[in-house]
Amino acid sequence: MDSAITVPAPDGVLTDEPIEDPRSGPIAMHLRDVSVSFNNRLAVRDVTFEVPDNKVTALIGPSGSGKTTLLRALNRLHDLTKGAKVQGEILLGDTDLYGKGMHPTLIRTRVGMVFQRPNPFPTMSIYDNVVSGLRFNGIHKKNVLNEAAESALIGAALWDRVKDRLKAHASTLSGGEQQRLCIARALAVEPEVLLMDEPTSALDPISTQRIEELMSELKNRVTVIIVTHNMQQAARVSDLCVFLLMGQDGAGEQIEVAPTRKLFTEPDDPRTLDYIHGRFG
Amino acid sequence: MSVSTLPADPILERRALVQSTARRSFARRTLVSKVMLGVCGVTLAFCVAILVWIIYLLISNGVQWISVNYLTQDPSTPTVLQPNNVGGIKNAIVGSIVIDGLAIVMAVPIGIVAGLLLAEADNAFVNAIRTTTEVMTGLPSILLGVFVYEILVIKYKLGFSGIAGSVALAILMIPIIMKASEVAVRSVPSSLKEAGLSLGLSKGRVSRRIVVPTATPGLLTAALLATSRAVGETAPLLWLIGATYTTSWDPFKEQSALPISIYQAFLNGISPQLQQSAWGTALVLVTVVLFLNLGSRLAAAYSQRERR
Amino acid sequence: MPEAIDTVEPTAAAAPKDRASGARRAPVARSDRAYWATLYGTTAIFVVICVAFLVTLIWNSVPAWRFSGLGLITGTKWDPQNSSYGGLPLIVGTLETAAIALVLAVPIGITAAVSIVHLVPSRLRTPLSSFVELLAAVPSVVYGMVGVLVMAPKFQGDVLPWLQHVTGNFFLFSGTVSGYSVLLAGTVLTIMVLPTIVALSRDAIATVPHDQVEGALSVGATKWQTLRKVVVPGARVGITGAVTLAAARALGETIAVAMVIGGNVHLSRSLAQGGTTIAAQIAQSFDGATALTISNLFALSVILIAITASVNLLGRRLLHRANRGAML
Repeated sequence: MDSAITVPAPDGVLTDEPIEDPRSGPIAMHLRDVSVSFNNRLAVRDVTFEVPDNKVTALIGPSGSGKTTLLRALNRLHDLTKGAKVQGEILLGDTDLYGKGMHPTLIRTRVGMVFQRPNPFPTMSIYDNVVSGLRFNGIHKKNVLNEAAESALIGAALWDRVKDRLKAHASTLSGGEQQRLCIARALAVEPEVLLMDEPTSALDPISTQRIEELMSELKNRVTVIIVTHNMQQAARVSDLCVFLLMGQDGAGEQIEVAPTRKLFTEPDDPRTLDYIHGRFG
Repeated sequence: MSVSTLPADPILERRALVQSTARRSFARRTLVSKVMLGVCGVTLAFCVAILVWIIYLLISNGVQWISVNYLTQDPSTPTVLQPNNVGGIKNAIVGSIVIDGLAIVMAVPIGIVAGLLLAEADNAFVNAIRTTTEVMTGLPSILLGVFVYEILVIKYKLGFSGIAGSVALAILMIPIIMKASEVAVRSVPSSLKEAGLSLGLSKGRVSRRIVVPTATPGLLTAALLATSRAVGETAPLLWLIGATYTTSWDPFKEQSALPISIYQAFLNGISPQLQQSAWGTALVLVTVVLFLNLGSRLAAAYSQRERR
Repeated sequence: MPEAIDTVEPTAAAAPKDRASGARRAPVARSDRAYWATLYGTTAIFVVICVAFLVTLIWNSVPAWRFSGLGLITGTKWDPQNSSYGGLPLIVGTLETAAIALVLAVPIGITAAVSIVHLVPSRLRTPLSSFVELLAAVPSVVYGMVGVLVMAPKFQGDVLPWLQHVTGNFFLFSGTVSGYSVLLAGTVLTIMVLPTIVALSRDAIATVPHDQVEGALSVGATKWQTLRKVVVPGARVGITGAVTLAAARALGETIAVAMVIGGNVHLSRSLAQGGTTIAAQIAQSFDGATALTISNLFALSVILIAITASVNLLGRRLLHRANRGAML
């Protein structure tokens, strides 16, 4: 980050308008004292915040602050890693994601994920990529798949580009289009929450802009939680910001949670101010 | 926020449909997954079990034959009165040592130098050679025996002899050594070569003084790998070495070899005792081959560790 | 092909100029020339051998092609005593045994490879795969021996009668069973090609990026669905290469097959009876045969080379493609 962030006001909102807290509306997810550790080494410590429904929540912070680690706890991807342990309580609606009898496979249908690098399945066509989640979950009816594919591709702003070549291989798309295909793939199962792990970090500026524009549409459909280390991006797309920082022992700690405009203009914690002014690596 | 820009209803409906279908199919999907992952585990266990089984067969049937006499006597013919009089395998051990030793002497220098070319030069000729080595390593090895038979045994009237077998095995080994040494030489960091060249050393000197010494563990891997393959080969020797029952150290005379002596025990099926005693020979042969193979793996692991 | 030898010397002289870094080196051309001459000269020995090999086989097969013509491929009667050289039974046997081996080894090998990469704890991965690869180091005569002494009696007594029973004397398993059979040869070959399939498929499967796995899991796939629909298809080029190389090995395997297949040169529809393959027939009848028979065996060798070399090259091309794909 080269210099301080200027005018991070969301589009169309006057800066002197009172800041509305997105958490005053319905809440999609509650995190309470969430800690993640690998082989008993703490990576994220005691994170507590609420994720507002149909809003974009951004996790920001320097490298090593545990943003991605925390995000991956939210759809139980850490279950794949030996020695990984998630403590605390994560509620989706009123279901405890780590509660007894909860299976990660079913949770992941409700909490989707888009990754840093576009990862469409290269052996499948565009269409098969989009409906893969539905098929995995046992839906094979032609008309349901077709409707879902169209709706998801429209939702990912990709429909007009690919509607005439749905049978083409996913690898024929550009990087930005592949990432939007991955968004469509995640949308097709209609998750309640969509996790996005630095979804534009591998993309060029124009593709990045496209995806940022998409975000404001996406939140009408799904609650979005995005990890980014691009401060402008967080300022542009998110409603709520969670700022994390690496503590003394190397574990990520939550410093401040606030509506985006407040966090960028008048943060409570001096460390937040330091960070948004580019005083941390 | 204008929720009305997108029709919300079909999406909520689909969400309900997906989640209910997912829940309903979940038990079946989990069961299928568990069963199939179990099948995968079983097939891997099966592959491991085959090797364990073969080693078990070799040891349980072979150990009883191993004795000083078995290793130091020539074979003898079992008779009706003395069905267990199968003698030993000295002829095969000596033959294998001579034949394989000569094959190593012939194949290793040629294979390594030619492998060096594959790694160091890049032109159409070298690419053609590389493809040729791939084809040669995949050819049925009996054809090499047929070829050497026609050239050495018949045309140059060498007759059945150990050296003919050595030549066939050397031809078998050369492309294997070439491929493996190419890999070994390529893995030498180019910074080392460039350092040598920038000191004004000639290309040849750099190869001799820097590349080959650095690649030595890899080249050893190549030689051991090819040898372990050659020692166990039966087919190329079949019509070349005469398969005599007496010991000879002279490669220009008829000789025997360990794999050949096993095969002979089954040729006419005359003596069950002879066939049983082949377990002993097989135990000796497999022990040698596995040690060579493990040796080449250790050398490879060593050279990989060095590189890091 | 023979002119390849002629190109060696000029290339050797020209080679130093080709080297990219040649320009900034000290003037050591003379010693470099000796170096390249050694490299190319030594490689020329290998080239001469390969050319001689091919020429010898083709040259010696000419009388057979003159005598038998296409009958060498299409003829159904292999009877050297009466100068009848129909190679079809040999060719059919070669294809049958290889097909049996692949039908059995491919599913076992691929699932085992999946296990190694995705199911086994990571510290067991290398030892387990090395262990399976050691199967490839066991000499083929030992497999033949296990086939004769251990498996053949089981086939004769239990396996084949049982197969006849459960398949209702289906034509593939019908007739008087013989322990030494095409089916036994195929089974022995299965064991011999398994390590090839496991090792190469494992490499291919390991190159499928982990984010593909996470992508599938994140839309609600079970682990098996992920492996079946994403990981294995993602490795399909490499796996096909592995299977192709295994096929080449099965087609050319000689000693183990010769020991267990029974040496029956009559065409039979039943796999429960004896048969023969090109390689096995060469092993069994090369010695003491008439000049014409030997020429026919050479001709069959040429056919065998054509089959195995093209299958082999195809497999390697596929593997190269798979490896390049992995780097992108």
